[in-house]
Amino acid sequence: MLTNMYYYVKSLQYPINIRNRNPKLAKVIISQYGGPDGELAASLRYLSQRFGMPDKKSKAILNDIGTEELAHLEMVGTLVHQLTDGASPEEMEAAGLAPYYTDHGWGVYPQAAAGFPFNAVTLAVKGDPIADLTEDLAAEQKARATYEKLIDLCKDDRDVVDVLKYLREREVVHFQRFGEALNGVQEKLYQRNLYLTGGNNNNCGCNN
Amino acid sequence: MACRNCKNNNQCPCQNHENDSYCGCNGNNAQNSCTQREMLHKIMSLNFAINDLALYLDTHPDDQNAIRMHCEYSEKQIELTAEYQKLYGPLTINFMSDTWDWIDQPWPWERGAY
Ligand SMILES: [Fe+2]
Repeated sequence: MLTNMYYYVKSLQYPINIRNRNPKLAKVIISQYGGPDGELAASLRYLSQRFGMPDKKSKAILNDIGTEELAHLEMVGTLVHQLTDGASPEEMEAAGLAPYYTDHGWGVYPQAAAGFPFNAVTLAVKGDPIADLTEDLAAEQKARATYEKLIDLCKDDRDVVDVLKYLREREVVHFQRFGEALNGVQEKLYQRNLYLTGGNNNNCGCNN
Repeated sequence: MACRNCKNNNQCPCQNHENDSYCGCNGNNAQNSCTQREMLHKIMSLNFAINDLALYLDTHPDDQNAIRMHCEYSEKQIELTAEYQKLYGPLTINFMSDTWDWIDQPWPWERGAY
């Protein structure tokens, strides 16, 4: 048994072996690394929100999905790496990556497709289980939509599309699980007659 | 059946590749024999199934059938991971060995590692 909070397993969640270098695709896929609906935002969102959750199921699901998102972060980084690995500065420039190459070379930097760096403003931690879980449902849909746009843009590379389809599918599963967790929290709040408020505010003045 | 690329004819301990004639290796990396790749893929599918079942069980903790599946896959995963690490090197840093192979095995993000 490992004793750290987290430990590294030397394998991806899903195998990635991209045969054709293509920095153009890396330029857009990087958005799922550090963009507004990317995997870094997802993992930080869930792993931070979990501390404020009221019941067993929601604590567990945020913990476990937040952890899986870290595995997805590694997968997206792997896609960007394999698509740019070995590219010459000229190839990077031809793909529109001259500014990226200037600042980050062949490293993988968390940024959006549009070029702005990762920003924690892209995620929220409200400390209110209804607000947070509702945000998570939207976040999963936005990530799904992003993967669909990426699949359109990458449709000529089957190796890439295969991985993107896998990641898209996981967003659908996460959406389902968050919906179930939200139902559980709502049921719990109904029992306490708190209805759709956050449940941790004792000073609202109402009798509920 | 041997892989067309790397001609590896070893019986894979995962016993899951009877009909494979192409294992996905690039044929020139001795570290990536059919056996190793296929065994790792089997471990990865077990890890995936365990994780997916865990998410399901987080919100359905009373589903006995899912719990049974989780046990079945976890047992196989532990067994196969131990076997794999003995043959091909560590997947986690707590693997005990006389040599520090952790830095020698390819990293998951490297092309051809899978
Ligand atoms: Fe997700």
